[in-house]
Amino acid sequence: MSSHRAYFANQARWSGWEMAFWLAWVVAFFIPQSNLALLSQILIWGLFAVSLDLLLGYRGLPSFGQAAFFGIGAYTAGYLSKFGWTEPITGLLVSGAVAGVVGLMAGRVVRGLHGVALLMVTLGLNSLLYDFVQRSTELTGGDDGLPGVSIAPVLGIFKFDMVGRTGYLYTLAACFLIFVLLRALVRSPFGLALLGARDNPRRMQMLGAPIDRDLTLVMGLSAAVAGMAGALLTQTTQFVAPEVLSFQRSADVLVILVIGGAGFLYGGFVGALAFIFLRDLFAALNPIYWYFWIGLMLVLTVTFFRRGLLPALAGLWARRRKPAVDRPAQEVAP
Amino acid sequence: MTAATVLQTVGLTKAFGGLSIFKGVDFSLHAGERHAIIGPNGAGKSTFVHLVSGLLKPTSGSVQLMGQDVTRATPQQRVRAGLGRTFQINTLFPSLSPLQAIALALCERDRLTAPSLRALARRVELLDEAAALLARFGLAADGEGPTGLLPYGKQRVLEMALALSLKPKVLLLDEPAAGLTTAQGHALFEQLTELAGDTSVLFIEHDMALVFGYAQRVTVLGGGALLAQGTPDEIRADPVVRKAYLGH
Repeated sequence: MSSHRAYFANQARWSGWEMAFWLAWVVAFFIPQSNLALLSQILIWGLFAVSLDLLLGYRGLPSFGQAAFFGIGAYTAGYLSKFGWTEPITGLLVSGAVAGVVGLMAGRVVRGLHGVALLMVTLGLNSLLYDFVQRSTELTGGDDGLPGVSIAPVLGIFKFDMVGRTGYLYTLAACFLIFVLLRALVRSPFGLALLGARDNPRRMQMLGAPIDRDLTLVMGLSAAVAGMAGALLTQTTQFVAPEVLSFQRSADVLVILVIGGAGFLYGGFVGALAFIFLRDLFAALNPIYWYFWIGLMLVLTVTFFRRGLLPALAGLWARRRKPAVDRPAQEVAP
Repeated sequence: MTAATVLQTVGLTKAFGGLSIFKGVDFSLHAGERHAIIGPNGAGKSTFVHLVSGLLKPTSGSVQLMGQDVTRATPQQRVRAGLGRTFQINTLFPSLSPLQAIALALCERDRLTAPSLRALARRVELLDEAAALLARFGLAADGEGPTGLLPYGKQRVLEMALALSLKPKVLLLDEPAAGLTTAQGHALFEQLTELAGDTSVLFIEHDMALVFGYAQRVTVLGGGALLAQGTPDEIRADPVVRKAYLGH
């Protein structure tokens, strides 16, 4: 009997849905009417939301300060370019590393906090950083943005163009590669240990699990991914301003993840698609009150699909394929 | 007795804000024995298990595990030194399946949980071991659904299976049969006797039939102090215990 092997193998296998999902982004590039700049934005928001998913979906820790890491990555990429390091790929990696190191330190600070206390501390750290960057106009250019950001062509060949063709493919490739690594990570024993600590830290302690170490590491990883998302934004728009660190961004990414569904990695991208498309649509309808509609969408999603759009869609699909064959009721142990 | 001592407390004391609820308890658990702790509510039984497992730190006194002083050790270090425990209230992973839970326990035992890109699915020997363990506890058919949806009785069995999956040398069971019917309680203890091997077991239990049926020695706690210790027969005959606890 090795049905248990198949059970675990199924959890690791790439499904047709996943392949279709990534293929769709490639197809979108070749559709002439595609708004590539908007799609790049969606990918970046999606990757940013995936970084939060590691923390919230897998480890069960909410954060109101994820934009701090996004911003650190964005500014690192900006400063690297300003001081002459304009090669994008290494710039992206260095930005992720810088944000990751800050994340590891933050992980030690927030150790032992959860719930509202954690929300307040992450919010506080985020606000400190935002104010510092916005007020240090001589260092950062303040709200006008960091002057002198320009990024060299990718691999020395593909220049970042106005239409955003290079920017889109570069962002897509980076998001896909980072995603593949994260996908493997959450399917490793480390990923299972995160879920275990999310469900029951006390039981994990009594299994001898190093839950403090795991918390610090996942904060670092999450921050590194957020930082790379921020760096992608700086590199593809060749611009960085304090807005990347704003509390609004921290709140938006939480909204995106909750709408899409936490704990699946794909929820971040699905949420970003819904959020950014609708934001554009609502903003076109009414440029002042568009957040009203976003708020309504959030309320409706959470009310009717408590775990987000993605699990709701998956559940709907499963029911259509396999009409209501419930597992037989199990009898209580003797 | 000449049997080796696997767990020993000396003058173990715990005070919460000046209120001492646990006063100078000297206790020892012998290798391979099944030992029950009984006592009325508030006697400090669960506190004792928390102190031994490291979830609480004693105010004074010491805890020795396998001859090592672990008084200041973290719960994790004690687990590594051979301690396992269950909780009075199910302390499981509701959204994970029992297979995942046992696999996780084995991964922690083998220290495989550092970040890596190697899928759990590829560690087939470990997965085989997890499935075999579940099967021995009679949970083979329940391995793949979420633990939170299992019937309560099976969750209770899983609680014990998780603790035993680490092959502890000392196992602490905090009211393992809590919430079970009498028949389920007996079945659980039968399973324990069959599967615990040479693990020394210390269990808290209220059901006297289970205590006198499965324990080789019994310790009676009352008001945070050790009232009596002995074989089931000695305890049954002890006038102090009869008066303070058994009520006849």
